[in-house]
Amino acid sequence: MVESRTGEVRWISGSVVVGSGIRDIEMGEIVEVGKDRLVGEVIRVGAEEFTAQLYENTTGVKPGEEIIGVGKRLVAELGVGLLGNILDGVGRALDRIKLQTGPFIARGVRVNTLPREKKWHFKPLMKKGEDAGPGDIVGTVQEMPVLVHKVMVPPNLSGRITQISEGDFTVEEPVATLERDGKKGYVRLMQEWPIRIPRPFAPGGRLPLDEPLVTGQRVIDTFFPIPKGGTASIPGGFGTGKTVMLHQLAKWCAAQVIVYVGCGERGNEMCEVLTDFPELMDPRTKRPLMERTILIANTSNMPVAAREASIYLGVTMGEYYRDQGYDVAMMADSTSRWAEALREISGRLEEMPAEGGYPAYLPDRVAEFYERAGRVRALGSPERQGSVTIIGAVSPPGGDFNEPVTIHTLRFTGVFWALDRDLAYSRHFPAIHWLKSYSLYVDRLLTSWAQSYSQYADRIAEYWKGRLETDFSQLRGKALKILGESAEIESIARIMGERALPDDQRLILLESELIKEAFLRQFAYHEVDAFCEMEKQVAMLQLLLEFYDKASHLVQRGVPIERIKSIPQIPKLERAKEDRSGIQGLQRLSEEIENELAKIRQEYNLV
Amino acid sequence: MESMLSKTHGLVSRGLQEIRGSLVMIDNVENVGYDELVTIRAPDGAERMGRVLEVGRGKAVIQIFGGEMGMQTDSIVSFTGSAFKIPLSDEILGRIFNGIFEPIDGSPPIVSSEQEDINGNPINPRARIYPNNFIQTGVSAIDGMLSLVRGQKLPIFSESGLPHNRLIAQISRQASVLGEKEEFALVFSAMGLRHDEAQYFIDEFRRSGALERSVIILNLADDPAIERLFTPRIALTAAEYIAFKLGMHVLVILSDMTNYAEVLRELSAAREEVPSRKGYPGYLYSDLASIYERAGIIEGLPGSLTQMPILTMPGGDIQHPIPDLSGYITEGQIFLDREMYMKGVYPPINVLPSLSRLMRKGIGKGKTREDHGDVADQLYGAYSRGRQARDLSRIVGEIGLSEDEKLYLKFAERFETQFISQGEYENRTIERTLDIAWELLSILPEKALTRIREEYIAKYYPKTGVKQR
Ligand SMILES: Nc1ncnc2c1ncn2[C@@H]1O[C@H](COP(=O)(O)OP(=O)(O)OP(=O)(O)O)[C@@H](O)[C@H]1O
Ligand SMILES: [Mg+2]
Repeated sequence: MVESRTGEVRWISGSVVVGSGIRDIEMGEIVEVGKDRLVGEVIRVGAEEFTAQLYENTTGVKPGEEIIGVGKRLVAELGVGLLGNILDGVGRALDRIKLQTGPFIARGVRVNTLPREKKWHFKPLMKKGEDAGPGDIVGTVQEMPVLVHKVMVPPNLSGRITQISEGDFTVEEPVATLERDGKKGYVRLMQEWPIRIPRPFAPGGRLPLDEPLVTGQRVIDTFFPIPKGGTASIPGGFGTGKTVMLHQLAKWCAAQVIVYVGCGERGNEMCEVLTDFPELMDPRTKRPLMERTILIANTSNMPVAAREASIYLGVTMGEYYRDQGYDVAMMADSTSRWAEALREISGRLEEMPAEGGYPAYLPDRVAEFYERAGRVRALGSPERQGSVTIIGAVSPPGGDFNEPVTIHTLRFTGVFWALDRDLAYSRHFPAIHWLKSYSLYVDRLLTSWAQSYSQYADRIAEYWKGRLETDFSQLRGKALKILGESAEIESIARIMGERALPDDQRLILLESELIKEAFLRQFAYHEVDAFCEMEKQVAMLQLLLEFYDKASHLVQRGVPIERIKSIPQIPKLERAKEDRSGIQGLQRLSEEIENELAKIRQEYNLV
Repeated sequence: MESMLSKTHGLVSRGLQEIRGSLVMIDNVENVGYDELVTIRAPDGAERMGRVLEVGRGKAVIQIFGGEMGMQTDSIVSFTGSAFKIPLSDEILGRIFNGIFEPIDGSPPIVSSEQEDINGNPINPRARIYPNNFIQTGVSAIDGMLSLVRGQKLPIFSESGLPHNRLIAQISRQASVLGEKEEFALVFSAMGLRHDEAQYFIDEFRRSGALERSVIILNLADDPAIERLFTPRIALTAAEYIAFKLGMHVLVILSDMTNYAEVLRELSAAREEVPSRKGYPGYLYSDLASIYERAGIIEGLPGSLTQMPILTMPGGDIQHPIPDLSGYITEGQIFLDREMYMKGVYPPINVLPSLSRLMRKGIGKGKTREDHGDVADQLYGAYSRGRQARDLSRIVGEIGLSEDEKLYLKFAERFETQFISQGEYENRTIERTLDIAWELLSILPEKALTRIREEYIAKYYPKTGVKQR
């Protein structure tokens, strides 16, 4: 790239600055403005003038001040030491900003993403004299107790290894030297990548999305599952549970690396993650969750342009761990704030607005972003697969989904978890509405559930054998059907009263109430129920539907619904999810219910 | 105004190019900074403050404060060289200022070398401490179901004609942190309030003895509207000083945020910006966030800053951009309901659309009581079923209800009259609040309380409850 060059500020409005005097300035180039050296990015280039959005507050900037093109794009620092960190929207480490300026973020602070002084122990996997190409793993660093960082040749480098050795290195020192045609290139524990460009993977390396990403959240895993490498959106009005759900996923989903982007949301929510995650243990690795997490925090009161950059920074970091062969899940809360940042900057540029004041290119930007998700074969050797799953919260104005950001997000994502205000008001959480949500991946994933399910068969009690082979997708279909029917019956009951309904319809109401309370409702902070294992989910659903089949049989033969409602196991069914005894407990309950219903059969001479 | 003038760096420009509403364009200026504060002196000597909104190519756009009537192009503009700053010292306690921080209580202006930019700087999320100290307000609906914690921003969503002022006065009178004697310092920021409303607060604070640990900043209905853009920021700058420098626990009341947002819309229209919903600018969210996010507790600093903004929902519509965007930023909301008020419920808090997001870590064992969270959750569930039953009974009559529905209906009625309703001077302890909750829950059979852990039911479910049914 080019050398740095100096021009002059011509005009300032909000975060947008117009400059002139750098003839060869490029789109996307980073500029530094004024005596505080405020950082910005060029977003428009004209014949005489160019426009930049600044990542910091522009108060006090004057026309005539220096503007410097630094000859470089906005890049992410990718390397050892990202995990466990918290960064702002352009990748500055927030704890080092704090060391420099105290608890409030002042302007013009310069800090890197990765600490420069820290040394890491590097172990080579390749030898001197071998040829190494883009993406090849030359060695490893134990970044966290359960995560081995694969040190890769950057995508634009290749050559013969002339020097590589085990030892302790900072991120800036070369761990391997590559030579080609007499030119030297270096592999370090850190590489840079422009955040707006997707990182490459093996040619033709996109893989089918048929591996489920287990989240431990029943409404998701059972009803609206998401695959590794898939995309999901979770729209909802304020207070309907977007953030809590994203936190839940960040805590419990079966990914090895989590990138959590707080994009224009609350400071205290980021603080909550920082407080909780070091204490909570990953159920799979038994290590603190913080060790697998990268946090990017650009809260609502931090500069708007940096908010726009933050989600690209996040996904770039996700791709970097994907390239190492890991499953990464990225959460963005909230993509609406990112879209609003686009709108605000577009407004300052006096671009022609389309719907809702958003620029006409909004759908392209949304599509480009979600397309960076995927499960891929990584570039280089050894051969490996990794994935980036993207889950984006959407905050529609007035909670009304008929608005540009929600509409375009739905077009480009495969799973839709629709949050419902009425459910949230009655504290039915997660407030994901079972009749409005969908997962386009469901058929593939359910088949794959059923297959992997047999793995558990030997781990659980004899009793469940045979039963568990019941087709899971059949159970799911049946439960959804009952929920759908009950919605219709409820609308009638709302006019006539429940008592006026026939008993078989009242049984459907009872069963759907049970599915809602006992299965769909899952309290995020419950010590047992926060995370529900897949096998327990299936067993619960099976138990609930078994009850329905038996009760339905009784009702058809004339047993009054009130009699069935009176059995003492109903409240127990509602509490079963919180029971520590897990599947064994469900088994006992199933037997109890059978005994109780047998009593009814006798009472009514139905045996 | 003198204090402002004394800060100019000498740059002066004569003549305005155009006056358009509260916007003034000038040309032939150099060396002016974005967001800089200016003063404009008209030929008749009248002075107004202004702020640079856009600058470059020899021109500047200035937003003026203090009303544009009588402005002339033949004015002198002096540039101060910095954004709006206010002087701060412990002398600000017990004082009353106007919307641009000029004293209006007859005492002299604050003199201090400590000056702070009213825009503040964002708190580094890494430096926050997660709020978890329960504040007992003595109001059951809030303490029991929407617990407020120190460092939270919890607005009241109201409508004109509802008793939000009385409620906020009651809260500021009664608020205390359990087990601590420390009293809150109050910072009250009025934006576009009527004189009698502002006077009500001043009298309340005086009566309860809170005035001497209060700072009052008043921009009233007949004060220049545009100054409202400064008022809450001045209040918060003062509050941050009292909290984080003087180490006090501060409760900031911002009333009414709707008036604030309307001025922002006016300004945006004058600048001919592309509007978003209902004519409000697209940056309303970020602008409101720059106010609301200035609450919290900071690592290594004493004190805390709690915010209770009040906003009246135009037309009672919670989906109106002002409550909507506020709800997206604040940590919950307390929703006042006209229908409940008509029924004689005070405070008319509808808990269903209300929420306190920071409640969870502020309550429970060792803080309030072990059963608090479960009880609140059960109350929500039962009350929402009760309201559904009430809706149904309006159609089919009470006889059309099932036995269960009748119980829930009865629960909802008593919940409103006994739990939510209380006296304006009644200060309930959290124990009392939870005990009332259990009395009401005993209308329902034990087995219906599936949101409460069985051990708590065994411990707290009133033994006489069954008979009451
Ligand atoms: N799964 C859950 N379990 C328990 N409580 C929940 C759950 N989901 C949401 N809540 C409750 O709802 C509140 C609001 O949820 P959350 O903060 O996630 O809303 P949001 O949709 O992110 O709102 P906003 O758009 O304003 O950020 C939480 O503070 C919590 O009390
Ligand atoms: Mg949220």
